[in-house]
Amino acid sequence: MAEELEIKELDQVVVRFSGDSGDGMQLAGNIFSTVSATVGNSISTFPDYPADIRAPQGSLTGVSGFQVHIGAGKVFTPGDLCDVLVAMNAAALKTQLKYAKPNATIIIDTDSFGPKDLEKAAFKTPDYLGELNVDPDRVIACPLTTMVKDALADSGMDVKSVLKCRNMFALGLVCWLFSRDLNIAFNFLREKFAKKPAIAEANIKVIQAGYDYGHNTHSSATNVYRIESKVKEPGRYMDITGNKATAYGFIAAAEKAGLKLYLGSYPITPATDVLHELSKHKSLGVTTVQCEDEIAGCASSVGAAFAGALAVTSTSGPGVCLKSEAMNLAVIMELPLVVLDVQRGGPATGLPTKSEQTDLLQVLFGRNGESPMPVMAAISPTDCFDAAYEASKIALEHMTPVVLLTDAYVANGSGAFKLPDLAEYPAINPPYVPEELKGSWTPYMRAENGTRYWAVPGREGFAHILGGLEKDNKTGAISTDPENHDLMTRLRQQKIDNIQVPDLEVLGDADDADLLIVGFGGTYGHLRAAMDEMRAAGKKVAMAHFKYINPLPKNTASVLTKYKKVVVAEQNMGQLAAFLRMKVDGFCPAQFNQVKGQPFVVNELVEAFSEILNK
Amino acid sequence: MSEYTAQDFKKGQPRWCPGCGDHFFLASLHKAMAEIGVAPCDTAVISGIGCSSRLPHYMATYGMNTIHGRAAAIATGVKVANPNLTVWQVSGDGDGLAIGGNHFIHANRRNINLNMILLNNRIYGLTKGQYSPTSPRGFVSKSSPYGTVEDPFRPAELCFGARGHFFARAVATDAPGTVEILKAAYEHQGSSVCEILQNCVIFNNGTHDGVYDKNGRAKNAIYVKHGQPLIFGENNEYGLMQEGFGLKVVKIGENGITEKDILVHDAHCEDNTLQLKLALMGNGDGFPVALGVIRDVAAPTYDDAVTAQIEEVKGMKKYHSFAELLETNDIWEVK
Repeated sequence: MAEELEIKELDQVVVRFSGDSGDGMQLAGNIFSTVSATVGNSISTFPDYPADIRAPQGSLTGVSGFQVHIGAGKVFTPGDLCDVLVAMNAAALKTQLKYAKPNATIIIDTDSFGPKDLEKAAFKTPDYLGELNVDPDRVIACPLTTMVKDALADSGMDVKSVLKCRNMFALGLVCWLFSRDLNIAFNFLREKFAKKPAIAEANIKVIQAGYDYGHNTHSSATNVYRIESKVKEPGRYMDITGNKATAYGFIAAAEKAGLKLYLGSYPITPATDVLHELSKHKSLGVTTVQCEDEIAGCASSVGAAFAGALAVTSTSGPGVCLKSEAMNLAVIMELPLVVLDVQRGGPATGLPTKSEQTDLLQVLFGRNGESPMPVMAAISPTDCFDAAYEASKIALEHMTPVVLLTDAYVANGSGAFKLPDLAEYPAINPPYVPEELKGSWTPYMRAENGTRYWAVPGREGFAHILGGLEKDNKTGAISTDPENHDLMTRLRQQKIDNIQVPDLEVLGDADDADLLIVGFGGTYGHLRAAMDEMRAAGKKVAMAHFKYINPLPKNTASVLTKYKKVVVAEQNMGQLAAFLRMKVDGFCPAQFNQVKGQPFVVNELVEAFSEILNK
Repeated sequence: MSEYTAQDFKKGQPRWCPGCGDHFFLASLHKAMAEIGVAPCDTAVISGIGCSSRLPHYMATYGMNTIHGRAAAIATGVKVANPNLTVWQVSGDGDGLAIGGNHFIHANRRNINLNMILLNNRIYGLTKGQYSPTSPRGFVSKSSPYGTVEDPFRPAELCFGARGHFFARAVATDAPGTVEILKAAYEHQGSSVCEILQNCVIFNNGTHDGVYDKNGRAKNAIYVKHGQPLIFGENNEYGLMQEGFGLKVVKIGENGITEKDILVHDAHCEDNTLQLKLALMGNGDGFPVALGVIRDVAAPTYDDAVTAQIEEVKGMKKYHSFAELLETNDIWEVK
């Protein structure tokens, strides 16, 4: 965790609009730059006119491009390769793909990829994405022309004029991806077409339609946020998103443990990509069941755990609400289960595509009864791999449900991932009931560390009944005995408390910091960058970032009480701070809380932390 | 011949009220399992919450008495993760059709190889006597002192509506009838719904009175058997015939009707129209209550398809380990 990280996010986004020379790509690009410049981004643009002035429509030589590089800091160039490529037709996709990063989000108008379009663009097969080796997961494929026609069906405009508005749909969609204020675009158009108000309003209607399409389909640009090491160790690397790394972590853990991987899930933004990813890998024996609801996603996973699988259920906050009951069942039955919560903005449906850390107290405490459950939070896209592996290991070795928190930004963000060697990862040894206990075993007998043994159905001599009712510690039969319930409650708590997690690492001026920055999960990169900037300015600052939240690292209290000033910075109203105050006597930190659905901005962190430091 | 006896599946002392239909059903389940012959350690019994959901505690098999309504979902995970197990899912009418209604229909739609038992006493017993989703309209209970103002589910209709391929019915007190449909449910590959009509002696005594004892059944029930004419009555004097879009009861020997005119039961017929008509017959309408296997149609099961697809993809794809999976990505080297 101590490695130096680099965060790249919205301050370094390159968007390339491309289409036929008549498609109005320059106008779309110009409006996007204006909209971005108005909100304070630096911009640099690069028009790329077609090779032929009057090339035939849809031909390879007739493609025109317009590249916009926007950034929060200074931007000197229009960017080398783009993060988002808009390709209005087949020829544009073919000629412009070389300007896109390998993981760029690509927006295409599927209406312009018909047989004739493909022929003009010299595609050999109908599988144009396959021919160009483009991962369909990266493509936002929409029937753009159809939707523009529908949007302007009542406008009374002729077909030619309607089609001229296609660029605005693409613009609206890009504005959605980068949360741009449409009003700025609207004002721009009203001024530009001051003498033709009908044209202005038609364009505005289409921009709104493109924006709404992005909203309705929960579209997101998957590569606008990157965290990675500044100094890379030698080795082989691949690019990976947080959600993919999470899926890979589960696959690796199942293989290491020698178990079938079972995922019970229900589609939900921004966690669905984990379901998608795992569903691809049937050749590794991965079983995914897309259930009828979130409840069944978790409940069927509990069943799969009972039956002897590494069981996982993936969701976001609203899904955790529904899964809580079955999660609690896994607590009392002491079965291994990993619950992945890719946090998004709440409450209720909230902001489905945006990022927050607002589920922490929900997963720690949001269940009836005394229901202790380990909670972890991945700190970066690539860390999702290790976090998923470790969550699985804890679940399997301690016979408990484990919550793994990530968030929309970590999940959709990406980083350079050094290919892991599974041989170097710790073994996973579930506490299978020893054969010699046959005849004397009862379901709540415990191994030395307090963990219940696992007797997988099919083993002769170990048939047993588990359930949601309290059980007798000795016999495993239903029990309402007061002393037994008190004992079982403590045993379940003790089991979680016994889990060994790594000590909290203090970064920066560990010995003599005047301020300790504390955070958890996906904010690691930003907090780290803020600390680095403050230290570069001569301030004494340290940082402690939580990946393991329940149980807390053993040195938590000693770290938190060592420094004069502590600030807990989180994307919620102070949930980690509240939990730490509960767990550490006398701990009374300053807080920095933002709930904007956006990642922290390093400058704002530095400013706020400096103020706390100077107070 | 099975190597097991009912005793091999028994455990503990049931705590249900004396006379409760659950006792009768449990004994039949033990007997059926012994006759089926799957080892107790290869059998899992999954229930939800409710009086009848205590049942797994009286089984010497693997099992779980889980949470309210989720038994079908949990059983789904058990079966898909470990298809070698024979999985029985036991729910009452509240557990299975109210809070668990969604899981009930989707298990049927997916056709997961589960033996789904619905113990229908038309009442909530554990919470002391509220109406259930199978209580008839106007039913007076603690939560409906002036009678309910809603229509009940008819379990067969839900099962068929969800494209279920097996539906059978028995009366809890009728051990041979119950054992017979449980064995048929086991034999059927896919989700098999067995509706067990039973009493709640405390809160809904007599709800199935017309068919609860042997004499009643002789008059008021028809045992349907695939390939056999639909004949019933104390002296087999009545039969069922089609009339228009419906069924009618006829007396054999009257109006020139002979046994040859009687409708022959076809449980294997893909089209469930007539099976549904049989399942919905009730004494109140002058019809007998149908018992036995009403629908039993072969169809691909979900768990088999999941396994087959995994095997198929294993043959298609070149990566079969995590290390090989990594190699399918675009990789670069830092020296």
